[in-house]
Amino acid sequence: MSDFWQRLISNPHDFLPIGEWVNNFIHFLLDNNAGAFDAFGRAVDLFAESIEVALLSLPPWLIMGFFAALGVWRLGWRFAGFVLAAFALIFGTGFWPQTVATLALTLSATLISLLVGIPTGIWCARSKRVNTLVRPVLDFMQTMPAFVYLIPAAMFFGLGRVPGILATVVFAVPPAVRLTSLGIRQVNKEQVEAGHAFGCTPTQLLFKVQLPIALPAIMAGVNQTIMMALSMVIIASMVGAGGLGNDVLSSIQRLDVGLGFESGLAVVLLAIILDRLTESFGRGPAARQGQAQ
Amino acid sequence: MQSGKIVVENLYKVFGDKPQDAMRLLKSGESKEAVFAKTGQVVGVNNVSFSVDEGEIFVLMGLSGSGKSSLIRLINRLMDPTDGRILLDGQDITRMSQSELVALRRRDMSMVFQSFALMPHRSVLDNAAFGLEIAGMGRKEREARAMKVLEQVGLAPFARKSPHELSGGMQQRVGLVRALAVNPSLMLMDEAFSALDPLKRAEMQDILLDLQRGQSRTIFFVSHDLEEALRIGTRIAIMEGGRLVQVGTPQEIIENPADDYVRDFFKSVDTSRYLQAKDLIDPGAAGLVVNGHPANHAELDKHSWVACVSKDHKLLGLVGREMLRSEGCVPSERCVPISPVAPASCLPDVLQRLLGQTEPLPVTDGEGRYLGVITATSVLTKLSAHRLQSAVH
Repeated sequence: MSDFWQRLISNPHDFLPIGEWVNNFIHFLLDNNAGAFDAFGRAVDLFAESIEVALLSLPPWLIMGFFAALGVWRLGWRFAGFVLAAFALIFGTGFWPQTVATLALTLSATLISLLVGIPTGIWCARSKRVNTLVRPVLDFMQTMPAFVYLIPAAMFFGLGRVPGILATVVFAVPPAVRLTSLGIRQVNKEQVEAGHAFGCTPTQLLFKVQLPIALPAIMAGVNQTIMMALSMVIIASMVGAGGLGNDVLSSIQRLDVGLGFESGLAVVLLAIILDRLTESFGRGPAARQGQAQ
Repeated sequence: MQSGKIVVENLYKVFGDKPQDAMRLLKSGESKEAVFAKTGQVVGVNNVSFSVDEGEIFVLMGLSGSGKSSLIRLINRLMDPTDGRILLDGQDITRMSQSELVALRRRDMSMVFQSFALMPHRSVLDNAAFGLEIAGMGRKEREARAMKVLEQVGLAPFARKSPHELSGGMQQRVGLVRALAVNPSLMLMDEAFSALDPLKRAEMQDILLDLQRGQSRTIFFVSHDLEEALRIGTRIAIMEGGRLVQVGTPQEIIENPADDYVRDFFKSVDTSRYLQAKDLIDPGAAGLVVNGHPANHAELDKHSWVACVSKDHKLLGLVGREMLRSEGCVPSERCVPISPVAPASCLPDVLQRLLGQTEPLPVTDGEGRYLGVITATSVLTKLSAHRLQSAVH
């Protein structure tokens, strides 16, 4: 008996090898579902690659012009000027192709995240049970150090774009789920009652009352998802996702502060542009009105 | 079976996870408080029965927590009742399926909310047309119909604005238009004007009464404001602690409050405004001469005025006592003709008439039959008695 206690105290990990269980589970999945993972990975790769190829085939001035036009529409001339200056700086330092690649990765990861996140958020808002089940999962996804997802992702899908995007999706989905669910729950009780009182079916209630009123919150979730995706896409270069992350990574490996600063600056500028633009879509009609006056 | 637009029979609503336990206790005669103590279930509506006639404005009154908001939501099944029946045009809505309910709400009823509950992402016009859109009406037709109702309440120039650009009173007019646009036979109004300031509230009440004129629409109106209830209500129901305490016309409730709770409602309200000519008659103020001959010779001396009526009690006019004493009987041409007031005339009108003449004011019913006279003294006496009564309680 005392022998048992001694072993427990000197080497407790022998008795609770969670890490080993996870390893076994991952290997089990790998051994038994390789075909499914391959097919899924190919689908994701096709989706992401087509976005990247499309963006890279566009001339730089068209992309710059598109963002500048969005800037004029949503935030005014001053922001459009900033967009052009920022892109000119990125272009001038020679990081344009990598920036577009990062933009493409962020875009595909965000789209997948929203495709998963918004319906899950709606489901959470409708069912208390689903909500209690999903919440701890979201906490786990958000607080687990982001690097950790890269390992199994790389094991399942090999190196390259796919594990990077999927690890990013895991990291970027929670705000989309949370804010969609929150937005729908925050719809005034009497507004929901008004929907029912005038004879809405559940589908009509969702699309004509709940989602439109929750739109500012959902857009805030989209904004958060994009920002999380952008930050994770950089880290995902460790599994070969490509883009600006590669430059950041090599600056670390070579202790090249200058390269690190240049590539980091491109990330920051891209982040600011994406943040301000998507944030402007998240404002309610009242806020937009106030700005117009 | 009772008839009416809405008939509510033995309706109960229990909030909590074990409503059937609470129902057993309630039906065995336990009070709401005892049920809460024993089972932890909250009784919202406790054995309520009443009926609302077609075309009337039925005002449900009560303090907050009295169950009136629950009751209105039971009528369009935003809440499901625990027990009892609600008949709308003879159909039991408590047994309807979800799809029947959706059809019923689109066709027969609509609702106006305390917080307006407009959709911020829709224009005023789109808000007004909301019910029609939900029911599947095409854009052109529903916008034309909504526009027509917006014009009725003077909001047509604001059709393209957002609700938040409008004042509170205007927003609630949009809420009213949204409910009216579907042309329901029953409109539910939950504290619809309570969030507005007193001036706007009175204005909205006028708009509602205007719109209701000549309509057979039934309005079920929940309020905690007695002045409002007295102003717009055809009948008033008063709720306390989930129970219905009294149902009646405004007059019936003012004259004959069922208990102290009902009387308490009147404390802050100057109910003398709702006194009518028939309440102010002084039976001892004038003698009576029927067909030229005094009804009671001994009493004649006590009065300075005498009312002359024909054989079938139609008022001919008033006459001074002196005249009567000298002649013993009165030929009808000697009477002073004075235009009478109707029994339902209100106090301000009566006062205005009394101030303009020295003779007492006779009251006659619809066929011209004499009911009595009002004098300045009788009005003052009634008023002071009324004040005293309010002060005592």
